[in-house]
Amino acid sequence: MSSWLIRGGRIIDPSQKWDSEGDLLIENGKISAIDKPGKIPASKAEKTFDAKGAWILPGLIDVHVHLREPGLEYKETIQTGTRAAIAGGFTSVACMANTSPVNDTPYITALIRDKAKATASCRVFPIGAVSKGLQGQELAEIGGMVAEGAVAISDDGMPVMNSYLMRKAMDYAKTFGVAVISHAEDANLVGQGAMNESALSNELGLRGNPAAAEEIMVAREIALCRLTKTPIHIAHISTMVALQHVMRAKEDGLPVTAEVSPHHLTLTEEAVRGYDTNYKMAPPLRQERDVEALKKALAEGYVDVIATDHAPHGITDKAVEFDQAINGIIGLQTAVPLSLKLVHDGVVSRTRWLESLTTGPAKLLNLPYGTLKVGAPADITVLDPNHEWTFTADQVLSKSANSPFLGWKLKGSTVATWVGGRLAYQGGEVLHI
Amino acid sequence: MQKPLKHFLGIADLDAAEIRKLLQIAKAFAPVVKKGENIPLLQGRTIVNLFFEASTRTRASFELATRTLAASAMSLSIPDSSVKKGETLIDTAKNIEAMKPHCLVVRHASAGSPLFLSKFVSVPVVNAGDGFHEHPTQALLDALTIEEKLGSIEKKRVVIVGDIAHSRVARSNIYLLRKMGASVAVCGPPTLLPPSPEVLGVDYAYRPEKLLKDADVVMALRIQLERQNKMQIPSVAEYSKFWGINKERVKLLKPGAIILHPGPINRGVEIDTEVADGKHSVILDQVSNGVLVRMAVLASVCAPEKTQEWLKSRGVNV
Repeated sequence: MSSWLIRGGRIIDPSQKWDSEGDLLIENGKISAIDKPGKIPASKAEKTFDAKGAWILPGLIDVHVHLREPGLEYKETIQTGTRAAIAGGFTSVACMANTSPVNDTPYITALIRDKAKATASCRVFPIGAVSKGLQGQELAEIGGMVAEGAVAISDDGMPVMNSYLMRKAMDYAKTFGVAVISHAEDANLVGQGAMNESALSNELGLRGNPAAAEEIMVAREIALCRLTKTPIHIAHISTMVALQHVMRAKEDGLPVTAEVSPHHLTLTEEAVRGYDTNYKMAPPLRQERDVEALKKALAEGYVDVIATDHAPHGITDKAVEFDQAINGIIGLQTAVPLSLKLVHDGVVSRTRWLESLTTGPAKLLNLPYGTLKVGAPADITVLDPNHEWTFTADQVLSKSANSPFLGWKLKGSTVATWVGGRLAYQGGEVLHI
Repeated sequence: MQKPLKHFLGIADLDAAEIRKLLQIAKAFAPVVKKGENIPLLQGRTIVNLFFEASTRTRASFELATRTLAASAMSLSIPDSSVKKGETLIDTAKNIEAMKPHCLVVRHASAGSPLFLSKFVSVPVVNAGDGFHEHPTQALLDALTIEEKLGSIEKKRVVIVGDIAHSRVARSNIYLLRKMGASVAVCGPPTLLPPSPEVLGVDYAYRPEKLLKDADVVMALRIQLERQNKMQIPSVAEYSKFWGINKERVKLLKPGAIILHPGPINRGVEIDTEVADGKHSVILDQVSNGVLVRMAVLASVCAPEKTQEWLKSRGVNV
């Protein structure tokens, strides 16, 4: 493995409150020095990377992706999904358990871990199921999965409706020190809802999924957190009132965290007007006041994490009637420019933005990444924050192209990434695997 | 001399002196029983076992204790008789009482039911296990076993591993061991620990490893395999992997440490076969001691004076 000197850029690392021009040295897969410009002699490194005009950041972490392997390889594989990740600036991703078979046993966790070792372009951390088969009836083998590398547990898109089971899962998770992640929607209240319930759903003739479905579950998870003291993480929070619940819980000192997706920060339910199924996701796109509340909460630190909920689906899953289509969109290659827009627009500070992609996720999953501290594994993302580009289908590295952002003009792109000191992506090319 | 016990409802009601006395009586009975002889302190009496919940060894143990005291035992398994016909607990007990027994030994799935019954009948009530609340004769037999093997309970470290939240054995043992000067830790998945274990006066850990090296006594509790528990434990295999008392975990123990289990054992679940049958195990001693402590309890509540005289005649001063 080569040693690298990355220089000429602006180093931004919230973990050590670093935000200034600087150079960074990578040796033996670790960050071995970080200093003012020109202080580290070029002779120290075999290779030099010129990051002039770019940002040198801790490798970004996405706590919420679907890699579809094993079993749903027609949508995505660990290989294709992590190629999209590394191109999007992510050096670590955590993948949800809704594979086929479900990741609810140590054997599947180990399979994912080993397959990632062989085929992934970035680090992959499996998230184990809460319940066997995501059925919400019996606990999955959480201890065994953690022993094989699971970093959190979640039934994600199959919310645990039985509060007793959820309570027990939160109790049980304490033994193994992993967070419980909740896709907070009351499945009964969601029913067949295909978009946010509103005047617009009425107008479009689509069954509504009310904000209350999310708000009820967020309130329940907080109540269970208060009861069990186990950390609970609310995935892709999307409504103003759900946010108010989280804010109140945080003010009470409860270990509640929340993530927001780039699409919930960018789009409103108005996008559904054309019945394009790439605007169908769970939770659904909400209203202007919700989007504004999400931005504000992210800026103020009430939302801890930006996560993509990268959900690749094949054409047959999406090229159907709106109410028949599967929920979800891909997001790994657009997360950075979509969220960075909030920084460009002066809505969210650069530090808050970066925290939510580095230290926030690392803390949630208890990972030693998301930092440029000397001695840390050299996971590094170099971004050009001002590069303007158009997202087109031929750039999609995922196996699926179910994105509503195709054709969008975006600002900000990945220049290069290193994973564990190895250059993994540069100039539009995935170099490692 | 202490006031005789009217009922025997729980360890929580007893003080250390009362516990010590019951253990001493049991010890005094031991040599006689070992010879296969009776101690006819309850000659002509009838002890009724009212078991509203299935039991094999506790009921057999009470019956044997009753017979060894020369009383007659009548055992009623209620689950398959009156309760199904809609008779209330009080009615059942009053009907049995009308048959003039001298003592009711009660096992019931609902916590507090022996105490409840004791207010409606005039004969002594002995608790043979009520819900998750108490199983006081189990705690006594465990105490007798510990004293027999380790000399005393005082200052000993006892680690109870398993389903603490739903265990009457754990509660009675915790009360007794603490009154007798032991320090107690409980261990198990948080799903099977009671909320705030510290209110019971114990410390706790989720994993056994950190507790075992200091333990003088390890109690493994039975893990129930019923379906409802799958919301509390993912699988027997996972329980065994993280909490089972197996060969590897036994290596952490001090050489003289003993392992107890209230039975019946699930081999390979909460305790491995090599451990259950191994050198630390005192599980079968517990069973023998069960008869002795139940004799001591029945004699003390049904015939306190006669028992006192017998003890005096044997030169036992309690």
